[in-house]
Amino acid sequence: MGFYTLGKILVVTSGKGGVGKTTTSAAIGTGLALRGYRTVIVDFDVGLRNLDLIMGCERRVVYDFVNVINGEASLTQALIKDKRLEKLYVLAASQTRDKDALNKEGVEKVIMQLAKDFDYVVCDSPAGIEKGAFYAMYFADEAIIVTNPEVSSVRDSDRMLGLLASKSKRAEEGREPIKECLLLTRYNPERVLKGEMLGVQDVEEILSIKLLGVIPESQAVLKASNTGQPVILDEESDAGQAYGDAVDRLLGKEVPHRFLEIQKKGLMKRLFGGRE
Amino acid sequence: MNIFDFFRQRKTQNTTASVAKERLSIIVAHERGQRSQPDYLPALQKELVEVIRKYVNIDQDQVHVALDNQGTCSILELNITLPDR
Repeated sequence: MGFYTLGKILVVTSGKGGVGKTTTSAAIGTGLALRGYRTVIVDFDVGLRNLDLIMGCERRVVYDFVNVINGEASLTQALIKDKRLEKLYVLAASQTRDKDALNKEGVEKVIMQLAKDFDYVVCDSPAGIEKGAFYAMYFADEAIIVTNPEVSSVRDSDRMLGLLASKSKRAEEGREPIKECLLLTRYNPERVLKGEMLGVQDVEEILSIKLLGVIPESQAVLKASNTGQPVILDEESDAGQAYGDAVDRLLGKEVPHRFLEIQKKGLMKRLFGGRE
Repeated sequence: MNIFDFFRQRKTQNTTASVAKERLSIIVAHERGQRSQPDYLPALQKELVEVIRKYVNIDQDQVHVALDNQGTCSILELNITLPDR
């Protein structure tokens, strides 16, 4: 293998569906590229690909992950270069209904090649604990556990943590375990204050992993997905800024957590900018 | 909800979020415990039931098998409830 320095393999996972894995993968991947790192985001949700839509490159998918595994296309052909950022690429999932489209050897070959070519390989995991989710986390160095402050999501996240600790390649080879961190999404400080929603400390306490960030429930997220712009590019928005902070923390910077308190509207905003 | 309910709720900590936290703490601790148990426990339990059934008629759920780790030693705890005579 020689003297390659391998990039970091990052999995964005959760167990539960609909908590914001793809939104997060798109935002974090884009954030890393914005900060100058060569980054590829890989969609592991075979059969239900959506990363392409969130990234706004759905009309440019020619070849996908499964094509590369099957040798029907080269990696260079399948990688979609982002139109906005020089260092950002996307590898789309296949829309095949074949459940066995992914296999360990094939995934390993592609992911390891990407790790040679990129600084960061962001693996967007599908929901559940089936094959796609398993392969997405199997080769990871670090894991971002996306969790909503809600009972089923927290429980599923804990289940996922158990799998990362026992079924990943690092675990099987007895190497240093995957670095896990928590990203709490769809956070509503107002409801937390009313006692209607689990607070960030509650979730941290239950899962006992390091907090990467808290993304507030935000209208900006739907707007971003409507237009195919990763929400981190909306620098005016709370969610965009919160993702920006999370990327900085991922890179080792100490950044204070924001958006944990109710955002008070200033007088001017109340008068002129009442609607987001 | 009126203003008194609001203060009462704050005081007694009977918010739905605190109920959620309590339920989660319990189930997560339970599931973590199961996770660390070896895979052979269910099979062991099944075979134990079969052996005991040769002598006494019991149900599957009358046998509890648990493995407890205390430092360097593990304790296999068997709890068998025999039917009333």
